[in-house]
Amino acid sequence: MVSEIAVISGKGGTGKTTVCAALGVIADDVVMADCDVDAPDLHILLNPTVKSATEFVGSKVATIDESICTECGLCAESCRFGAITDNKVDQIACEGCGVCEHVCPERAIKMIDRQSGNLYESDTRIGHMAHAKLLPGEGNSGRLVTEVRKLATKIATDNGTSIVLIDGSPGIGCPVIATVTGIKMGVIVTEPTMSGIHDMQRVLELLGKFNVKSTVIINKFDLNLENTEAIENYCRENDVEVLGRIKFDPIMTKSMVAAQTLPEFAPDHEITQLLQSIWTRINEILPT
Amino acid sequence: MIVTVASGKGGTGKTTVAVNLALSVGSTRLLDCDVEEPNAHTLLHPRELQTATVTVLTPRVNQEKCTLCGKCAEFCQFNAIFVGKTKTMIYEEMCHSCGGCKLVCPEEGAITEVDRPIGKIHQSTIEDTHLVYGELSIGEPIATTLIQAVKNQISPDSINILDAPPGTACPVIETMRESDFLVLVTEPTPFGLHDLSMAVDVVKELGIPFGVIINRAGIGDEGVAKFCEKDNIPILMEIPFNRTIAELYSRGTPFVQEMPEWRQKFSDLYNHIVRLVENGE
Repeated sequence: MVSEIAVISGKGGTGKTTVCAALGVIADDVVMADCDVDAPDLHILLNPTVKSATEFVGSKVATIDESICTECGLCAESCRFGAITDNKVDQIACEGCGVCEHVCPERAIKMIDRQSGNLYESDTRIGHMAHAKLLPGEGNSGRLVTEVRKLATKIATDNGTSIVLIDGSPGIGCPVIATVTGIKMGVIVTEPTMSGIHDMQRVLELLGKFNVKSTVIINKFDLNLENTEAIENYCRENDVEVLGRIKFDPIMTKSMVAAQTLPEFAPDHEITQLLQSIWTRINEILPT
Repeated sequence: MIVTVASGKGGTGKTTVAVNLALSVGSTRLLDCDVEEPNAHTLLHPRELQTATVTVLTPRVNQEKCTLCGKCAEFCQFNAIFVGKTKTMIYEEMCHSCGGCKLVCPEEGAITEVDRPIGKIHQSTIEDTHLVYGELSIGEPIATTLIQAVKNQISPDSINILDAPPGTACPVIETMRESDFLVLVTEPTPFGLHDLSMAVDVVKELGIPFGVIINRAGIGDEGVAKFCEKDNIPILMEIPFNRTIAELYSRGTPFVQEMPEWRQKFSDLYNHIVRLVENGE
């Protein structure tokens, strides 16, 4: 059985990728999965060697054969996405539903496969990795996230690895829902700011809705001790374990600039030690 | 005028820039289009909200009239319909509201479309800033309709400042369209540079004039500055990494309120943007 653990945050830029990569280095044997397919950054720290790349076709897109089209305008009238103007398809607005193809009396419209991204299976210095890149403006991030998770779980199963560690995306919408559905634990990285608290509460509610065990790490906790306390109180009242609080330290950015994870850049640093104890704790409380 | 603040990477300071810009220019409409995690209101603290529910059309099946022929499920590209042995089920969250199922259903009245709430939009006026923000209900995956509802509150004769969600996927494009100018906020780190270069690719494709703001200047390396120089991208402003600014943000205070010298800088920034738009550079 492979257990999936996802590092998420609600708010962007709280330190998901930095924390996730560090935990990946600390863990003996995990498969890494970057499910932030829109703005993936984990590869910057892990420098993967791509073993195989697959085109991801997530949907279809309408094309109009101008030689058959009589410009009757029925397609534009029926399109709910405003994707057809002057008998031309706006590729970005088209959702690939196929209504225009259905209503066209001349059969001038065909739905064709549309590549929405690429899926990668890679090796890194710390082990295997599944990742992907959504093409700009594409809307099928959820389906691509599901493909990354499937690939990571397959790699883990094939190699006898029991844990997949996922770097998630910000927000609470389609890609995050696809990331957390059916995982064993969500590790929420938050920061003691008004927006950090607001966004953490929304993502906690999301995890609750999907019955996923939630834990919290407070990053840059010393930026605002009052807010840190508010987060801890909120977590206590809602039965969510705070795994640790990380102080603000420029070493986090320095290690990123060096394209290294924190445990590699500063093996004896107190934050590295804290992250080691956080990883131990995650394994103790990981639901079976 | 529509100025959209976007970023690629999350947490670089989009909301900080959008709010401080709005407060410095005065008399603006600030539209928070990050409906998954809206944050502008955590800096502006609106008291009285005018709230409206936003709905999407979702199919409803009249099981009496449904013959379980399966044409709807076959047509649906979004796996939102399952036709079982005794019943047709709709997975509402998966539905994109294209209306195709109703169109292909051969039985009159077996599928109707009903309004289903997916979130709310809130409005409030705080001094001379009119704030509009959307709030997607937890568990709803598709933000696009709600972003459109927020954007419907753009007033063409006013100064509209839009706060975009992170990334470069469809919610971001939805927000950026129709903008007169895009401000891309980044931080001087490898992550910031990587996600900025992605955002630049998208923005060039859209053909909207843009410039960059480097936030937390001084924390990282020179990569972003070199990238902008090489690509001839104007750096509109640098906001230094400063613990006071970070602490003010953590308390929910826009920093121009405590550091008034920045009001002039943001108002100069706006004038610079206007010149760039007018000269069509």
